[in-house]
Amino acid sequence: MLHVVVCIKQVPEITEVSIDRRTNTLVREGVPSIINPFDMYAIEEGLRLKEAHGGTVSVISMGPPQVESSLKEAVAMGADRAVLLSDSRFAGADTLATAYTLAQGIRRLGQFDLVICGKQAIDGDTGQVGPGLAEELGIPHVTYVRRIRELGDGMLRVERMVEGGWELISTTLPALISVVKDINEPRLPSLKGIMRAKRTPVTVWGLEELGCDPQRVGLTGSATEVVRIWTPEPRESGELLQGDPEQQARQLVERLRGLGVI
Amino acid sequence: MEGKGRPAILKEECTGCGACVEACPIGAIRMHDGLAQIDESCNLCGGCRDVCPSGAIRFPEEDREKQPAVAEHHHVWVFAEVRQGKLASVVPELLGAGRRLADQLGESLHAVVVTAPREEIYQQLFGYGADAVWQVEHELVFEGDEMARAAALCQLIRRERPAVVLFGATAMGRSLAPRIATRLKTGLTADCTGLEIDPETRLLRQIRPAFGGNIMAEILTKYRRPQMATVRPRVMKAPRFRPDSSGPIHHFVPAELDGGLTLEELVLEEVETVNLEDADIIVSGGRGLGDPRNFALLEELARLLGAAVGASRAAVDSGWIPYPHQVGQTGKTVAPKVYIAVGISGAIQHLVGMQSSDVIVAINKNPDAPIFKVATYGIVGDLFEVVPALIRQLKKMRGVT
Repeated sequence: MLHVVVCIKQVPEITEVSIDRRTNTLVREGVPSIINPFDMYAIEEGLRLKEAHGGTVSVISMGPPQVESSLKEAVAMGADRAVLLSDSRFAGADTLATAYTLAQGIRRLGQFDLVICGKQAIDGDTGQVGPGLAEELGIPHVTYVRRIRELGDGMLRVERMVEGGWELISTTLPALISVVKDINEPRLPSLKGIMRAKRTPVTVWGLEELGCDPQRVGLTGSATEVVRIWTPEPRESGELLQGDPEQQARQLVERLRGLGVI
Repeated sequence: MEGKGRPAILKEECTGCGACVEACPIGAIRMHDGLAQIDESCNLCGGCRDVCPSGAIRFPEEDREKQPAVAEHHHVWVFAEVRQGKLASVVPELLGAGRRLADQLGESLHAVVVTAPREEIYQQLFGYGADAVWQVEHELVFEGDEMARAAALCQLIRRERPAVVLFGATAMGRSLAPRIATRLKTGLTADCTGLEIDPETRLLRQIRPAFGGNIMAEILTKYRRPQMATVRPRVMKAPRFRPDSSGPIHHFVPAELDGGLTLEELVLEEVETVNLEDADIIVSGGRGLGDPRNFALLEELARLLGAAVGASRAAVDSGWIPYPHQVGQTGKTVAPKVYIAVGISGAIQHLVGMQSSDVIVAINKNPDAPIFKVATYGIVGDLFEVVPALIRQLKKMRGVT
């Protein structure tokens, strides 16, 4: 039986984030949370594999208790099982500590064939947790997967987006892939799925259940430290080029030549 | 950057003055029942602690022990990515950044090659400032197996103990670096836009944007080594090439390696055009183009400018142009010298993918389109008149008829 584990992250819906013009800071008041958009493709791909091969899809996340709502959403889409790794000691994790904690969670799930992550999260934008998690699990990984060509017999063949084209890569299972938007079109939760999500409890595991080394989780287990944070200078207001299209075009070419960029 | 933990508010001390709410650059603090409350998004920047008049904000204790090995790590390394026999464009840029760091440390700059040995690659690496080259030699590594490459690099890094290792934020760099950092249990900072050495602590100060460039953060790897970072192409400036430079080439044959991946085939799709990631100029089209055939107009403009063609999500989702061209939150993040947005309204999801560009040109018929807010030069007008006029002007300038 195929067992696919999908990792998701809850992130702020960035369209809703605005800048307070007075204090020049991000306004987070009432900003809704969503499943990281890239993770939606990961969930969908897991469900498609399950439909094609049979088996189960587990969805897992690390975060505060409110991440349960995102996990329920994944169950509504069709995931069979939802696990939240939540513990106040996990807070402040960088990608190193996050990869370790997720690996502990996935090991606790039991045997698995494939782990699917989104390419990166839209808030942190690092794309580091996927490969780090694969390393922690001791399995190979392929990033930027845009298509699964073949899965079976302990092997996986995928197309991976790279600069200027794509690579055809094969590897052995279990493995981890991170997926890009091109791979599929995520489904909407069905009514039946929503009802099922209501009945399906989210399993919550903390540090003790996972048998984590407290020195390797959260802030303590993080190798990087954010020491300063600030808002960048806003862009200077631009110049509207006037006149008819010919005049506008001429002015633009002059400006760009003046800057030495063309 | 992942969300950091939270400082504690001492209830007895908090006067509810709200100074911390004002000071928090990410809006993570709000007042609740007359007390400050800090939410999960806190980055531990310390801004609130600095302004709190009553000392009511307590940060998590720093109880990590400093590893003695930290002081034994020296030199700056750059991963010398080679694609299809050519040095990736980001490598000279990394060598430029690495040279400054090495000079600040009073140490040397090394480049590491994992592809088959080539004399012209070495010449380029020395020419762009490397003091020494490490050539990893192993069949699996040459064949493009990233798992074998990561394993070999880990062996070499453990043996040689560099203080800093820089990677390009390319498909390969962004795959190898986190694998290596995790095995070495060290810190890795993605997409740095600024790198410098703190003269007092000799730590690598890593500056990076987050939240689509709305926030900048400084990140340190204080107690682990090496300090690892990725840098996007085109962010750092390549140094002038000095053709007759040379230096030692060290050969490293790794101990037994476990492979993992088989690269069966590489298919190049964009041979005619420039990659978005490598482009100095990008011409991007959106919904305003109205029809996939109109991308031909942008392609003509792009050819004249030596530019790459990008697109908004709307254009990609309509099937007008393939996904590798998409710029924005669910596509690529780019920062060229010039970004020309044609018929793109400028939704926030698009802006976060291009607003770090040096010069932004917006061509749109709607004067209220949000793209004009970030534009260096705005042209309100019909793109079907403006773009052809632009093409004529450029042809005139280039003497093309």
